[in-house]
Amino acid sequence: MENWLHGILLKWLGVALLACMALDSGLSFAADDQDEPVIDPGISRRTITTPHIDSADFELGAYAGVLSVEDFGSSAVYGLRGAYHITEDIFAEGAYGRSTVGKTSYETLSGSARVLTDAERVYSYYNLSLGYNLLPGEAFVGSRHAFNSALYVIAGVGSTKFANTSRFTVNFGAGYRLLATDWLALHADVRDHVFSTDLLGTSKTTHNLEFTGGMTVFF
Amino acid sequence: MRKRLLIWLLLAWSIVPLAQGGEPLRVEVGAPYIELHTGPGRGYPIFYVAERGEWIEILLRKTDWFKVRTARGKQGWVTRTQIGQTQLAADQPLRLADADRDDYNRRRWELGVLGGRFGGANIITAYGGYAFTRTLATELSLSQVLGTFSDSQMLNVNLVAQPFPEWRVSPFFALGSGVIRTDPQVTLVQSQSRTDGTTHVGVGVRTYLARRLLLRAEYNNYVIYQNRDSNQGINEWKIGCTVFF
Repeated sequence: MENWLHGILLKWLGVALLACMALDSGLSFAADDQDEPVIDPGISRRTITTPHIDSADFELGAYAGVLSVEDFGSSAVYGLRGAYHITEDIFAEGAYGRSTVGKTSYETLSGSARVLTDAERVYSYYNLSLGYNLLPGEAFVGSRHAFNSALYVIAGVGSTKFANTSRFTVNFGAGYRLLATDWLALHADVRDHVFSTDLLGTSKTTHNLEFTGGMTVFF
Repeated sequence: MRKRLLIWLLLAWSIVPLAQGGEPLRVEVGAPYIELHTGPGRGYPIFYVAERGEWIEILLRKTDWFKVRTARGKQGWVTRTQIGQTQLAADQPLRLADADRDDYNRRRWELGVLGGRFGGANIITAYGGYAFTRTLATELSLSQVLGTFSDSQMLNVNLVAQPFPEWRVSPFFALGSGVIRTDPQVTLVQSQSRTDGTTHVGVGVRTYLARRLLLRAEYNNYVIYQNRDSNQGINEWKIGCTVFF
């Protein structure tokens, strides 16, 4: 079945490629080969310039906080975050974080038993998420200062590497962004990282909660 | 780890002066009036109105909002539509250098991320593409396949034909080959990782969304050349977003 399908697709592709090459010989990439005008109007063409305006749609920064890894306690987590604001409502975010997990209750109680080596306790993840500025607004500090802010919801997919295995991970959560200036933002984030693991014998879905605070710059 | 964090923060800091440089652009209000909001969003209240003939400075842009300063020193945010009703001089309206469908048709480079299913596993792909002509392009992609029993990384090179680039939802056909490295998830089985060659054929569609964004969905049929007696065929479905330049 697979090879049969493969064969059919290959044939289609061959035909499509040939068609493209035939079309290409007629069409040129740049459409600037226009003919000379029949009548020369004698008016100089107006040059239209598009001036450069500084934009600040990208965001880059770091965060730190606490990550609770199911069965392995809570430990410090550090990460880097980059985002692109597509519209005033929607943004895309990529993040990479690292942590070193603690001991399971079993390891603590037994004293000497070890489930994982030190190297296997390194927990790292990356994810790509889409966020929505659910409640944009202003925060007031005293009577003289107002800062733009937004409460956002965010969800995405990624991978978690932990104990020598990589797991497909879904993350979702909410965060608060406070713009101290036009280019500096403070973040507070709560995120749940969900993945399946059979590390402790039985296969189960784990929820790993993360609380972080961070700083980003817009550019 | 802390040292690395500090380096990143310093790096981020060093970008800031770049974004702050340059003389602000001065434009004249051409419409009867334009409205200044307190923030870059539709819900922020209007606190000031600049009248026709008033000169304003454009300081910054965030998505479709422009931060301006009036001659009286008021600073606020103006929508893209209203900033389009200003002019650089008499009879010379302000043109905004925004990517549009024409730029999409002229695009040379693509960068995107896709997610979906690869056989029974999840796949995350990042790719870059270069268009030789409007209908022919090449792509390099890096994927991570996350399954219950194994974790694989896959590198692929594609040749992509897009026979109808002017269609709103434009189909494309791909042919490529690559390598896949498979690591068994060690909690289940103790086994060696292995590297195999692959070829694939695929079909998909692209459609222009907005600004520099396009949506892409595709189906690929992979053949993995294994050392076993028979080759393995795998179906892959993916959808994702791409920016173009």
